[in-house]
Amino acid sequence: MNARNALLTRWLLFGEWRAYPLRALAAVAAIALGVGLGFAIHLINAAALDEFSAAVKSLSGQADLEVRGAQPDFDQRYYPQLAQHQGVALASPVLELDAVVPGRQQPLKILGIDVFRAAAIAPDFIGIPAQGRAFDTLADDAIFLSPAAMSWLQVHQGDLLRLRSGVHIVTLRVAGGLVHARAGQRIAVMDIAAAQWRFHRVGRLSRIDLKLTPGVNRAQFKAALQRELQGRLLVTQTRERTERSADMSRAYRVNLNVLALVALFTGAFLVFSTQALSVMRRRSQFALLRVMGLTRAQLMRQVLLEGAAFGVLGSALGIAGGYAVAAAALHFFGGDLGGGYFAGINPVVHFTPMAAAGLFVLGVVVALLGCAAPAMEAAHTLPAPALKSGNEAGALTQLANPWPALAALVLGALLTQMPPVEGLPVFGYIAVALLLIGTVALMPRLSGNFFRLLGLRHARSAVVTLVLARLGNAPNQAVIALGGVLTSFSLMVAMAIMVASFRVSVDDWLSHLLAADVYVRSAQGGDTGALDTQAQMTIANAPGIARVDFVRQTQLTLAPDRPDVMLIARDIDVRDPGKILPIIGAGIVPQHGLPVWVSEPMADLYGYRLGQQIVLPINGHMQQAVVAGVWRDYGRQFGAIQMRLADYRALTGDMDVNDAGLWLQPGVTPAREIATLQHLPFGALLEFAEPGEIRAVSLKIFDRSFAVTYLLEVVAIIIGLFGVAATFSAQTLARVREFGMLRHIGVTRRQILGILAAEGGLLTAAGIAVGFALGLVISLILVFVVNPQSFHWRMQLHLPWGMLLSVAALLLASAIVTALIAGRYALSGNAIRAVSEDW
Amino acid sequence: MRYLNLLWLCWVSLTLAAPPQFAQVTPGHTIVFPADYGAHPAYRTEWWYATGWLQTPDKKPLGFQITFFRIATGIDDANPSEFAARQLIIAHSALSDPALGKLLPAQKSAREGFGLAYAATGNTDVKLDDWRLVRADSGQYRVTVVTPDYRLNLLLTPSQPPMLQGDRGYSRKGAKPAQASYYYSEPQLHVSGSVARNGKSVAVSGNAWLDHEWSTSVLDPHAVGWDWVGANLDSGAALMAFRIRDVHGMPLWAHATLRDAHGSTTQYGNSEVRFAPQRYWRSPRTGAHYPVAMQVQTGPLVWQLTPLQDDQELDSRQSVGAVYWEGAVSLSRDGKTAGRGYLEMTGYVKPLKL
Repeated sequence: MNARNALLTRWLLFGEWRAYPLRALAAVAAIALGVGLGFAIHLINAAALDEFSAAVKSLSGQADLEVRGAQPDFDQRYYPQLAQHQGVALASPVLELDAVVPGRQQPLKILGIDVFRAAAIAPDFIGIPAQGRAFDTLADDAIFLSPAAMSWLQVHQGDLLRLRSGVHIVTLRVAGGLVHARAGQRIAVMDIAAAQWRFHRVGRLSRIDLKLTPGVNRAQFKAALQRELQGRLLVTQTRERTERSADMSRAYRVNLNVLALVALFTGAFLVFSTQALSVMRRRSQFALLRVMGLTRAQLMRQVLLEGAAFGVLGSALGIAGGYAVAAAALHFFGGDLGGGYFAGINPVVHFTPMAAAGLFVLGVVVALLGCAAPAMEAAHTLPAPALKSGNEAGALTQLANPWPALAALVLGALLTQMPPVEGLPVFGYIAVALLLIGTVALMPRLSGNFFRLLGLRHARSAVVTLVLARLGNAPNQAVIALGGVLTSFSLMVAMAIMVASFRVSVDDWLSHLLAADVYVRSAQGGDTGALDTQAQMTIANAPGIARVDFVRQTQLTLAPDRPDVMLIARDIDVRDPGKILPIIGAGIVPQHGLPVWVSEPMADLYGYRLGQQIVLPINGHMQQAVVAGVWRDYGRQFGAIQMRLADYRALTGDMDVNDAGLWLQPGVTPAREIATLQHLPFGALLEFAEPGEIRAVSLKIFDRSFAVTYLLEVVAIIIGLFGVAATFSAQTLARVREFGMLRHIGVTRRQILGILAAEGGLLTAAGIAVGFALGLVISLILVFVVNPQSFHWRMQLHLPWGMLLSVAALLLASAIVTALIAGRYALSGNAIRAVSEDW
Repeated sequence: MRYLNLLWLCWVSLTLAAPPQFAQVTPGHTIVFPADYGAHPAYRTEWWYATGWLQTPDKKPLGFQITFFRIATGIDDANPSEFAARQLIIAHSALSDPALGKLLPAQKSAREGFGLAYAATGNTDVKLDDWRLVRADSGQYRVTVVTPDYRLNLLLTPSQPPMLQGDRGYSRKGAKPAQASYYYSEPQLHVSGSVARNGKSVAVSGNAWLDHEWSTSVLDPHAVGWDWVGANLDSGAALMAFRIRDVHGMPLWAHATLRDAHGSTTQYGNSEVRFAPQRYWRSPRTGAHYPVAMQVQTGPLVWQLTPLQDDQELDSRQSVGAVYWEGAVSLSRDGKTAGRGYLEMTGYVKPLKL
């Protein structure tokens, strides 16, 4: 009996797949896409985080605690204090630099260390000098490179390495290697005194690594030391930095994962439509099997098994595909998928069995959920009436009650008003899901009423009457075709509107920001290429320049467990900051106190309000400041603060700048001015850009970071089309008898094809119309809820009509063509035989 | 006179780049106290070297050694950084307990600066984190050493004036006049204080010897190592003897000084000093073959050196690249106990390559 059952199961399953391979393929593809995307995101992020935390850990060595400043460096006088502090066994001072390498995009990380102190904490970072040159570890012209750095810079022991220090070049001798550096880690080590001297950081440190006396409680000591250094220095553990970097990419990752869930949702829907139709079509088969002794449970198991087969196949393909995609993406784009969260590391993908198993199960469960309703339906159908033909509509009786769907819509609308959960727009996403489910569920009722209404008003020709009658009275079949269109089109509309809105907003923002004629940057990456006062004077006094806006940018750590914010100092007119900053709303002119202008994400994340007194740790002091305005910023997700350059210089004594905006005298072209400046003594080191170029590059970066989104849009559309094609083919084949009957009563082949094309077109049009409305609503949620909650930036709504209309037209045309092709196939048989099937 | 091989290696590497200008040791220079108790940063290298025998309350003998080196690196004076490693401070310490069968060694090194490590001028005051050797105006030295294995807190009180080595402190190490150092010793120091081990501190007393030596270029290019002994004799006299060996183990230079309890000093020249190995011990760690028992002849006098224990080898290859034997020895003459001191033997593992 078991063998027979197994045979029956196989026969039913493969028979079904052989008959409708396209639909099965679409369902499997959607599940594979969802699982694969989710797995790829997980793998890429895990690889990047692993590598990042390993790199951070190896940089910190075996330090118990790290003491850092709020800014990238701080006064070295804290070093002897900490070294002699009760409970500290060893203090190792470190000056960390991202040295600008001429001709390279990325900087070289240099650790300036005291070998005598670092040996006990980070022995891997002790350079290995050539035989007989032991003192090279102390030499002021020597640098030690990791193997990865050597091959990147194409130098060997004994070669000279040229690095930027301000607007000058420092030439260092490659004195040896760092053989214990992590594979792939580009890192250099030199003597701390040499690093301070050569890179103009005399008296400054980046961090002090502490090793505690055995027996000292680390947590207690850390808390006590933090109290002691409050407002001047931060006491951190390596772990905190790793966690912080995981948090940094979290919102980005969650949003990508939601896209994966969308794909899974589409997959579930396709499984549902496939199985619902197949159950409907096989009513008489199933009834016969029931009569022949198959139990309800066995039948239900059969339908569920068919659905699970989609899930298993899709999941397996997804896991394999996800791994391949992750490996390829890491190889070509790095660990942040263009998000920019993990710079300077080289992660490698590792297969994670737990995550793979979890996603595999998720894919199967989703497929099972998709076929749950059809399976119940198949099991509960009474065999006797089902043996007769007709009345297939019963397959979806569960969807007849409109109240759950309406409740979903109302709940979805309400959830958009909820605040984020731990910085994630959880409720926003649930709202989107509820709106989708509610609308799809309401669709039969909506379309039925709509077409019935249309039929009453416009019943002119027989063909039109037939079309509208069918669409109006058999809405349950229509909904299955419609649901696919609706889901994919609405999600595509929502994403397209969101990305377009964002892009237009970024473009507007860039044009406001890039007000100068030419921009000068001293170095692409790294922090050793700043312009000193002399270089600033030289540029400001160059012929052809009317005005210069010098900008100093540095990192500011407000709390050890939060990502750094950017501190930007430049000339800002307190009375009219809008001249240089994209100020949102009104500003104030503080009568006294230090005015600062905070970015929109900053205001969101830290709760800063206009006019609020805030405290900023600048140059080792807690500095009182007043929020004089909030400005739009799409560039720095974790916040940025602007202050006047003069204030910054008075507070820190730091006279360097990173870049400058140049306003030219009338009649001077940017090209001529750039040529003039390139002839300055340090002109060859400078990088110039006109606003147009910066804008183009910025938008290119924008597009690249949304590449995954664009790709998913295309895939969503293709899956939607697959769904439409498959559903129409199935429906048309199921209606062979109907068409045979129509032929018998004198309807021509042409007219039947017309009926099919009209049905397909009208259904798709209805799907597109509702899909557009739903997509617009979802895009509103994305633009006004999800984005502000996860990235803290707001944008204006912008509808990309051209794109939306062309996709709608494409969808419509392909639906009609599909219906026609399916119809031709169905009508190719003998009309008499078709009718006689109806025994 | 000690550790010259490792320091030499450093110097060689330094001099290859740009020969820095260091002060030279010349004959006829007068040692002036108390200034010369302090550091001489103009010279390339300098050390303060205290060794001695201690007695615990249960009458067990212990040997101790503590050394502070100052090394001028010749690094560019133009570097304005306070971290610029112009002077290095290196310290070694070892406790010799026959009950353990080997030494308890410890070592530290740092660049001078920030008050964390320094060798002060004017009077002896050398510090490296929580290790310190400081001389009070009264002449008393305070020694503090904190290691994971033990903690030393000792007071060394002079009972005699300093003993100038060689020609009034100008101590020749080779045939050339420049191969020399400034060198004085403080023998017959009375020791009191405590030794803490395993969380238990015991009071100790004993007898110590302190060397202070500074120079710029000392060794003959053919030298591979040396043997040195400094001993407080029971009579109140003090004996210092050394020889510098070449690659064949033949002496390149030797010298000895004997000062009796009344301060009358006898110098023994190159030809009058002889070191004769009596018994060898092979190190199980390095394979080196040390003549742990030696006969030292100074003029007509023959001294028999017997180690407190055989294994007093110090392996500091990881930090400074040298292995040597540095141990407590007792002296006898004509079969009678004569005194106690420290013997140092270097260059037995790997001949110095020049």
